[in-house]
Amino acid sequence: MMEWETVIGLEIHAQLSTKSKIFSGASTAYGAEPNTQACAVDLGLPGVLPVLNREAVRMAVKFGLAIGAPIAPRSIFARKNYFYPDLPKGYQISQYELPVVGRGQVEIELEDGETRTIGVTRAHLEEDAGKSLHEDYHGMTGVDLNRAGTPLLEIVSEPDMRSAREAVAYMKKIHALVRYLEICDGNMQEGSFRCDANVSVRRKGTEKFGTRTEIKNLNSFRFLERAIHFEVERQIDILEGGGAVVQETRLFDPDKGETRSMRSKEEANDYRYFPDPDLLPLDIEPAFIEQVRGSLPELPDEKKHRFMNDHGLSAYDAGVLTASREMAEYFEQVAVAVEGQAKLAANWVMGDLTGALNREGREITDSPVSAEALGGLLRRIQDNTISGKIAKEVFEAMWAGEGDADQVIERKGLKQITDTGAIEQVIDQVIADNPSQLEQYRSGKDKLFGFFVGQVMKRTGGKANPAQVNDLLKQKLS
Amino acid sequence: MSLSQEQVKKIAHLARLNVREEDLDTYARTLSDILDFVEQMEGVDTEGVEPMAHPLELSQRLRADAPTEPDRRAHFQRIAPAVEDGLYLVPRVIE
Amino acid sequence: MHDKTLAELAAALGDGKVSSVELTEHFLRRIESLDNRLNSLITVTAEQALETARAADAARARGEAGPLTGVPIVHKDIFCTEGVRTSCASRMLDNFISPYDAGVVERFKAVGCPVLGKTNMDEFAMGSSNETSYYGPVNNPWDTQRVPGGSSGGSAAAVAARLAPGATGTDTGGSIRQPAALTGITGLKPTYGRVSRWGMIAFASSLDQGGPMARTAEDCGLMLNVMAGFDERDSTSLERPAEDFNARLNTTLKGLRIGLPREFFGEGMDPGVARVIDEAIDFYKKLGAEFVEVALPHSGLSVPVYYVVAPAECSSNLARFDGVRYGYRCEDPKDLMDLYMRSRGEGFGPEVQRRIMVGTYALSAGYFDAYYLKAQKIRRLIADDFRQAFEQVDVILAPTTPTTAFRLGEKTADPVTMYLSDVYTIAVNLAGLPAMSLPAGFSEGLPVGMQLIGNYFDEARLLGVAHQYQLGTEWHQMAPAGFE
Repeated sequence: MMEWETVIGLEIHAQLSTKSKIFSGASTAYGAEPNTQACAVDLGLPGVLPVLNREAVRMAVKFGLAIGAPIAPRSIFARKNYFYPDLPKGYQISQYELPVVGRGQVEIELEDGETRTIGVTRAHLEEDAGKSLHEDYHGMTGVDLNRAGTPLLEIVSEPDMRSAREAVAYMKKIHALVRYLEICDGNMQEGSFRCDANVSVRRKGTEKFGTRTEIKNLNSFRFLERAIHFEVERQIDILEGGGAVVQETRLFDPDKGETRSMRSKEEANDYRYFPDPDLLPLDIEPAFIEQVRGSLPELPDEKKHRFMNDHGLSAYDAGVLTASREMAEYFEQVAVAVEGQAKLAANWVMGDLTGALNREGREITDSPVSAEALGGLLRRIQDNTISGKIAKEVFEAMWAGEGDADQVIERKGLKQITDTGAIEQVIDQVIADNPSQLEQYRSGKDKLFGFFVGQVMKRTGGKANPAQVNDLLKQKLS
Repeated sequence: MSLSQEQVKKIAHLARLNVREEDLDTYARTLSDILDFVEQMEGVDTEGVEPMAHPLELSQRLRADAPTEPDRRAHFQRIAPAVEDGLYLVPRVIE
Repeated sequence: MHDKTLAELAAALGDGKVSSVELTEHFLRRIESLDNRLNSLITVTAEQALETARAADAARARGEAGPLTGVPIVHKDIFCTEGVRTSCASRMLDNFISPYDAGVVERFKAVGCPVLGKTNMDEFAMGSSNETSYYGPVNNPWDTQRVPGGSSGGSAAAVAARLAPGATGTDTGGSIRQPAALTGITGLKPTYGRVSRWGMIAFASSLDQGGPMARTAEDCGLMLNVMAGFDERDSTSLERPAEDFNARLNTTLKGLRIGLPREFFGEGMDPGVARVIDEAIDFYKKLGAEFVEVALPHSGLSVPVYYVVAPAECSSNLARFDGVRYGYRCEDPKDLMDLYMRSRGEGFGPEVQRRIMVGTYALSAGYFDAYYLKAQKIRRLIADDFRQAFEQVDVILAPTTPTTAFRLGEKTADPVTMYLSDVYTIAVNLAGLPAMSLPAGFSEGLPVGMQLIGNYFDEARLLGVAHQYQLGTEWHQMAPAGFE
């Protein structure tokens, strides 16, 4: 049995969240009527010319600084020539030989706690193409150029990933990063963040890379994972069958869970890159870079280490909580509310809250229970108003929109019973009603202690303070 | 440099130009003449010379990020060969 | 009236001796009766011109007129004009009603110049004889069996034949200067970046530059004052303080150092042309100018370099013409490839297709370094030659073309021979310098052009040097027989 090693490199396309396009003044807002946001420049009318958007440059620089990459003092825009209906000018303005962001790296963490460093070869600015709509227009394809000219940052990785799991972790890391930096909304359904995966396999121990295929336009982490799994299997089958992998562009079909060769890219491309004569060299002054550096937010890795140091969280918890800027901010707000009990905050955010969000497919930013409200709930656990178990019930009610923690506790009468006399009264009743169990307990059947606790909790509707119940029961039963 | 008719066909295809069979010979001849002519460049010593893509040594000006272009779809599509529901129509694209 | 220069017409308008409507009607009548002999205009826009003329007269009555308000002109059909066909002399754009105005067109609109029409040209400005136009060749008014030069052949012929007092042109490798020379008018190609390229349909973006074509240097200066200026829509547009390009018309030429590049006076130059240029040199000597021989050792390579750089850029610039959003679309395309191949194959003429193919080849994998990159390196050497020359001299004088106007059809079968008719003009575009051509005499009844090349941004000096020549000569006043 031959052992195979997978080699993966990703080209991530992040749409930069500028208000206008990279080379024109048309809006980049998503979801407009077809071609209503395609101006003369985007349509490639005869005689039109591009002018570069400063904000797109700033965002690219921001990304470069965040991955520790050098920013090119001079970079060049080049034309990538090919014909396609969604490419109005017959060329895409991109960067080829001199990209704005040079070599950097990111660290990824796998579920088992292992970390790996993935190299980023480069990141460059380019314009997005339009969209071809293949619904039937009498056997024709419709072309919408609203997206044409939207700024993209193409982030090219080294072929450093060895599994689909690593590729997903890397893509998630870049996803978190661009959202932290507020340079991309990361909306994968709308195509704001997508990737092409270069996949090859080689025999373990060999140095030379195998022939790779490029899987185009993967717009979810799940698709990336499935596409790589399928493609790796496919390539291994070919090689083990004595065949050769063909270098080609493939498309992932999520319905069938397989990749297939792209007909439109069959022809070997000769993009004829050359410097765009309509654009001059992009010179970035050190002062501009320093200004951008000053605007950088706390980055995920820095935040993670701070969470570990300041809040005493484990590396895993800190990693999960800093996976997105929104979750980290949410957590910190809750942690402030329950000062000194960050672990309680972490457990709730990662547990009940994330569970509820996932159940309903919601983002943390539109959670029905705000960080402030969750903090209020946790404070009631802290001050013994309710138990952790009751808190779950309160949380569900808050999730359903029944008010804040105090309102729910009040209305439902969930306030914990901490009055010793009241608890003793219930205990006495329970003992009186269960003489045979009492006898068995007293003759050595210790396990029945739990039975008595259960009965007390049942009769108090779960509201008795569990610690007090324990103490009092022990006294009465002995 | 002499281009064959096959090479001309390949270049024409890359440039998406439908060249009629009967014109291939003329194109092969004239293109070869032009390439022969420009081959004089070969003899020039350009060691260490920076290629010049622009006549002026200037750097790219940057634009403020503001949406300034209104919707002019109707205006622009008046001159389009085929549109429907605001989309430009082309023969079916197979991916 | 039509024999007056633009400056004289502007003065007449200012003095109230004539109205813009009268002038416009007069030139429209001339076009109507004479252009069938020349084919200099693709589209005549009589109604719009008269409308602008009426508005100009009204503005003048209100005291709101500028120097050129009400003076009619024509635009080369490479400049986009909103609501008016902008064909670039190509079947590809025969049906293209531009949805917007070029920067240059806006500027003349703002001044209130009636636009009589759009002039014929070589298809997409690719040609040196105006014979590649989809609308047929333009005839030279001095001899209608001969070409007017190209690519701005229609603009040149219209001005020479007094169908318009001024015209816009574009110059990528000589397309203003060469036809100006061949038709006996004055034309100026400004420093690259002076005139906005917004809305000027691109042939070779790093070389293209719009400029004025008129009868005199003074007229060219008046037009350039309107045309030049920063345009934020063009990344290559120069940001410089406003300038009156006619400010140095009367500057003395005493002590002016004029360079004569020995490479421009070699073999291939017609003896008649050589004689005329020698006479011009003598004239300048009398005005007190000093002549210095300068060397432009790499200029001999300008034509081969140009025929790599320009086609490379054009192959990409013309990729947008694909039959999808505007322009020509072939009948019943059977699939997408067919749509592209036939729309482009039928929409472009042979010279345009030839250049697209040369450029495609020069940029393609395996050839890029040997062609495109090599050409861009030599381009720098050519520009450096000029830089050194301008350390010694103020302007450079040379012939504009090696011969006078050639016969229609004489060079169409052999592209390289045709390309060599721009041998003296192309280096200037590669370097991005300003240069002009002005009438300097005749050889066998055909006009000969003298070229003046200036240092970057030195248009005002060039115009002054030309104006001083025109004060003492009458070549620029000669009208072709039948068009007086």
